[in-house]
Amino acid sequence: MDRLEELEAQSIFILREAVNRLQPLAMLWSVGKDSNALLWLARKAFFGRVPFPVILLDTGNEFPEVYQFRDRIIREWGLTYIDAPCPGAEETDPSLPPKARAAARKTLGLKQIIAERGFQGVILGIRRDEQAIRGKERVFSPRDAAGAWNFRHQPPEFWDRFNAEPPPGGHVRVHPLLAWTEIDVWRYVEREGMPVVPLYFARDGRRFRSLGEKDITFPVPSAAATIAEIILELEASREPERAGRAMDHESEDAFERLRAQGYM
Amino acid sequence: MTVAPLQLIVVGHVDHGKSTLIGRLLHELGALPAGKADELRAASERRGVAIEWSFALDAFQAERDQAVTIDTTRVWLRLPQRDIVVIDAPGHREFLANMVSGAAGAEAALLVVDASEGVQEQTRRHAYLLRLLGLEQIAVVVNKLDLVEFSEARFRQLDGATRHFLADLGLTPRLVLPISARHGDNLAAPSANMPWYRGPTLIEALQTFEARASREALPLRLPIQDVYRQGDKRILVGCIESGRLAVGDALLFSPSNKLAEVKTLETWNAPQPAHAVAGQSVGITLDRPLFVERGEIASHQEDPPRLTNVLHATLFWLGAMPLSPGQQLRLELATAEAPVTVERVERVIDTDTLAPGPVEIVQRDQVAEVVLRSRALLALDEHARLPRTGRFVLRANGETVAGGLASLRDHPDQRRAVGLKSENLTRVDHKVTRASRAERFGHRGGILWLTGLSGAGKSTLAMAVEQHLFRRGYTVYVLDGDNVRSGLNANLGFAPEDRVENIRRVGEVAALFADAGILCITAFISPYRADRARARQAGGEAFHEIYIRADLETCERRDPKGLYRRARAGEIAEFTGISAPYEPPESAELIVDTARDPIDACVEQILRYIATSFAITSRA
Repeated sequence: MDRLEELEAQSIFILREAVNRLQPLAMLWSVGKDSNALLWLARKAFFGRVPFPVILLDTGNEFPEVYQFRDRIIREWGLTYIDAPCPGAEETDPSLPPKARAAARKTLGLKQIIAERGFQGVILGIRRDEQAIRGKERVFSPRDAAGAWNFRHQPPEFWDRFNAEPPPGGHVRVHPLLAWTEIDVWRYVEREGMPVVPLYFARDGRRFRSLGEKDITFPVPSAAATIAEIILELEASREPERAGRAMDHESEDAFERLRAQGYM
Repeated sequence: MTVAPLQLIVVGHVDHGKSTLIGRLLHELGALPAGKADELRAASERRGVAIEWSFALDAFQAERDQAVTIDTTRVWLRLPQRDIVVIDAPGHREFLANMVSGAAGAEAALLVVDASEGVQEQTRRHAYLLRLLGLEQIAVVVNKLDLVEFSEARFRQLDGATRHFLADLGLTPRLVLPISARHGDNLAAPSANMPWYRGPTLIEALQTFEARASREALPLRLPIQDVYRQGDKRILVGCIESGRLAVGDALLFSPSNKLAEVKTLETWNAPQPAHAVAGQSVGITLDRPLFVERGEIASHQEDPPRLTNVLHATLFWLGAMPLSPGQQLRLELATAEAPVTVERVERVIDTDTLAPGPVEIVQRDQVAEVVLRSRALLALDEHARLPRTGRFVLRANGETVAGGLASLRDHPDQRRAVGLKSENLTRVDHKVTRASRAERFGHRGGILWLTGLSGAGKSTLAMAVEQHLFRRGYTVYVLDGDNVRSGLNANLGFAPEDRVENIRRVGEVAALFADAGILCITAFISPYRADRARARQAGGEAFHEIYIRADLETCERRDPKGLYRRARAGEIAEFTGISAPYEPPESAELIVDTARDPIDACVEQILRYIATSFAITSRA
């Protein structure tokens, strides 16, 4: 088995564990390349039918291309879709830096939809190599009743015997893509012939490497206009993936604080 | 085609420089993202320290403030020959659960030892756990040579000491290498400060580690994860832990012991393959409708997993509360779950001194050897042979409290006793009722199951009781060990599996006697609870367990058949009480103590019990 086959098999195992052990269950779908690949893996794991609803944490501030792509995929893949509107930035923690507050809207939207629907499990497409704080995550990661992440006392996790027991009143975050890297995702997109939002491809010398809301995400200089070119670019690049995500760079602890409070 | 990266864990005592080493390696390889070095410099200055390479990994604020790794993380190294995923493990004692979480998936380990402090408590503890987790590919770096003036003598001394203590654990390092992580000596290029060292650099050494051997050549194990219905199809899904399977293969499901053939390997958006191998997540359909659930392990008929409800385990205990005998825990092995009871703690190992400590209570972060018992039959493998289906986790109150490595040791595989379940049996009812049989004989049928050590007096008592009962008008018959073995069980030896079968047949025959209305007395050592439980299941309400109790010393003194003497002399292997266990009953209907009471009193005690349980009625 090559690396992509190994990663795929492991992610499918994790998705199947989540469906067996955690109900009700949903998946966050930002419509970006990662959660899109995750959705593709779910179709493989469950033989074509995605057996849980997919949620877009909707700030109303996504790029138009994202909304168009979303509508097309819902229709073509027969998804059960939940639109989760996010409360305004004024309702977020005022001690966070401004861009982080914009991002924290998603945390609030997520908490709301979890409370409303009583989800015991939420599947997310985060990866360890994206960001050092995410590097510390578990595959099955418990969140308490307030949705907070107790990163100082994470439960032990080994031998793929995941603990799917949510803490009282809380839920479990499931991360099937933790072991994937950015370049793995692109190689998989290429191998599988999977559609992606066109914003990832360079136009006028720039492209989006990571997708977020309009006002806090910026394209980076690039000439990569095809998946093959993106892979070549990444093989040579030393630029961090989230360079275009303003919220990561306002202060040293911004991302840790966001995640401790329940951000993805 | 991309090769999977090697999973490497970096371990060692707190402050010996693990995170610094990885941070500096990233820098040496030009792998730190643009701007990261500046970010680290700024974060270090804010804390009034020179650049801390460890901050590249220690991303939490608390980790940076206290200059300590709290949780394990993973970083990528792109080396010329292969990629490596480096797992950084915390060195503090209290973060052992995190260290184990990191080490469990690793294929190789790098042990970091501080040149001035030498081998410390966590160095030993980590090395011990690596050995326990089956990680034998290990290299040692002696770090901070700059603090001992790059002294060759100091390095030679530590090289010897480290090799010596690793040898005690059965580990041989591939290499012991002097470095200074902070300044980059001997990482990517040979250090000018240590001209006396002529071995490879760390980066060269890392590329000589090998990936774990393929699991394809091992026996097939496919733990069933779930069953999906799609129209008429039932798709069994799971990840193949070892071996390979092909369409048309006959699969044996354990512990249910059912058989079926693989009809298809299901896929989505891809052609259906004819075979699949270890590591793949598959979906299969079978040639017949079989009720199989999550938790079963599919294998081929030859070389299936063992079946047992008792197991020995080496545990590393991570629970906040101590572990003690009698505790109830949930065991999760492959996809199976079962409640288990801690029957006894046999040994606690101090991972620092490696000395066995006081038994009974196991504290957090200790390693212990225990015996676990489950009500339900478990399918599992010897960890030493098939690690992935021979290891498990234990949970209590929803939390993971231990990892364990399983072994059956002296307990028999119970597979033969379970029997292949034929799907084509139809029970035929008798026209003579149990009540009319009882009326004819004047008493109900029943089983008096005598169990106890050899020499405890089972046969003597059984024959005496039979004689008394017969005289009183009972229809009674004794099944005795040696007698049965000369006929019904003449094809069985004394291997553990044969003993299980011996007792299974006796249990079934006794149940038939009881059903026929006869009082059946059995006199067999029947040392295993699982076997007696099965006999009880066969006999139902008619089954009465009578524990013929006598201590080993008394039995050995009696030694009516001279067997103890021969067992002590090593002429009889696996002799109960000497070299094989006897599991006393937990809730016998009657206990007869032949060490305390004379034989007549014992006979009288059994007769009284029978008189109340199987009262003889005057015939109409």
